[in-house]
Amino acid sequence: MTPLVSIENVDMRYGGPTGTLAVSGLNLKINRGEFVAVVGPSGCGKSTLMKLTTGLHIPQSGAVIVADAKVTKPVSIVGMAFQNPTMLPWRTTLENILLPLEIVERHRHRLRANKAEYVAKAEKLLETVGLKGFGEKFPWQLSGGMQQRANLCRALIHEPELLMLDEPFGALDAFTREELWCVIRDLHAAQGVTIVLVTHDLRESVFLADKVVVMSARPGRVISEHPVPFARPRQLDLLYEQPFNDMVQKLHSEIATARVAA
Amino acid sequence: MTTLDPATPIAAAPRPVFKPNWVRLAPWLYTIGLFVLWEIGVRISGLPHTILPTPTRVFEAIIQYWSPIWKNSVQTLYTTVLGFMIAVVAGLGIGLFIGWSKAIYAGLYPIMVGFNAIPKVALVPILVIWFGIGTVPAVLTAFLISFFPIVVNVATGLATIEPETEDVLRALGAKKLDIMLKVGVPRSMPYFFGSLKVAITLAFVGSVVSETVASNSGLGNMMASAQSNFNVPLVFAGLLMLAVEGIAMYALMAWVEKRMTGWAHRSTMAN
Repeated sequence: MTPLVSIENVDMRYGGPTGTLAVSGLNLKINRGEFVAVVGPSGCGKSTLMKLTTGLHIPQSGAVIVADAKVTKPVSIVGMAFQNPTMLPWRTTLENILLPLEIVERHRHRLRANKAEYVAKAEKLLETVGLKGFGEKFPWQLSGGMQQRANLCRALIHEPELLMLDEPFGALDAFTREELWCVIRDLHAAQGVTIVLVTHDLRESVFLADKVVVMSARPGRVISEHPVPFARPRQLDLLYEQPFNDMVQKLHSEIATARVAA
Repeated sequence: MTTLDPATPIAAAPRPVFKPNWVRLAPWLYTIGLFVLWEIGVRISGLPHTILPTPTRVFEAIIQYWSPIWKNSVQTLYTTVLGFMIAVVAGLGIGLFIGWSKAIYAGLYPIMVGFNAIPKVALVPILVIWFGIGTVPAVLTAFLISFFPIVVNVATGLATIEPETEDVLRALGAKKLDIMLKVGVPRSMPYFFGSLKVAITLAFVGSVVSETVASNSGLGNMMASAQSNFNVPLVFAGLLMLAVEGIAMYALMAWVEKRMTGWAHRSTMAN
């Protein structure tokens, strides 16, 4: 089976020929249904990796192949969620979640005629993330954690094959974060969606991912890939077990070395 | 340690007492206070009516000359609102056009600033040459002076879309037009409605300046001729009418703003 995402020897430089080299010689393969976490020192080009995969940036050299096609423009099979939920304040939460459907080609022409069907789908998603009945509220009436849940719904509503999460839980408190880890874990298990999670939190990466990818300091490239051996479904108790902590520590020292090397 | 007896009656609900809402009354009280101070000041200093009339004398003039004052007030309101409405349509259009792309923004912005720096009173003679004296130059001056803040605000709203929002939508295959319609335009609406309050006040400045210089009607013209007859109370009566019209239109715009973009005033609504 060919991987869903294949990044081959990619260089990406910002700001013209003399600009900063964000990633260099980047190689990464992501299989269908896989949950990949990307970690690394800050400024290692994790966000660049996201933008390359979604086609927001086109690399100067090398190739990004998503779903068997070379990326030359934004690929519409992805859903994205950032640390900042970026809900539109003039729309209710439900309308915010329906927004991607007004954009994506294969849905936008069906939306008006099949509104009820899509609303039902959005409400089901809201229920999955524990926001049942909050669709009519405006996003600014929700707490940070609830907004981030809604943000996940928005990223998933058009049934993307690939979900890209850029530090989605960075701004949340520890308890909310753990709750949302479980939400993501269950979504991944239930929907079989491929997920790429960019994060600074090593415990988060080990808890959630099938494979943790460590990137070097700028210019970023992949320095190692660690398959996560823990069986699914994983419970939060795992966070306090020795093998889990050993793996987190190993990753930690690896990144510390990568920072020094920079 | 003492335990609270649950049967103890809690203090009876306070008896409703009449308590004036000072915040609501404040605008009226302060306005009346200003007139009272003015009245006392003029009476003590003994200034003649031809220099500074007392408010009572000004109100007398309003009653005495009510028919021309009313006619000219309506004329000024008409030219102002017409010019303002043209400014809203043109300002919205040009603002959206300028905010559309960085290149258009960069190219047109200096021209706009330069144009705005020209004193509009200097344009009135040109407008008179083109359109003759009367209503048309007043409407156009009101329009020219009030459309700039609308343009700037709409363009600002469009130019400050969060990059993350744009990324989320672009990754879904959104075109520039999609992003503008779904995010840019609604986002710029609080800026737009906020600018209307500034614009309507400026529109009065424009129409009155033009009426003063080149018209046979309107409050500007009325005050100019009253002044040449040393009828200073009538001049002040005209000023007072302008102030009343200005406050009324400002309040209307503030109300429209609140109605249309309640989500942007969420700090007061969230609780």
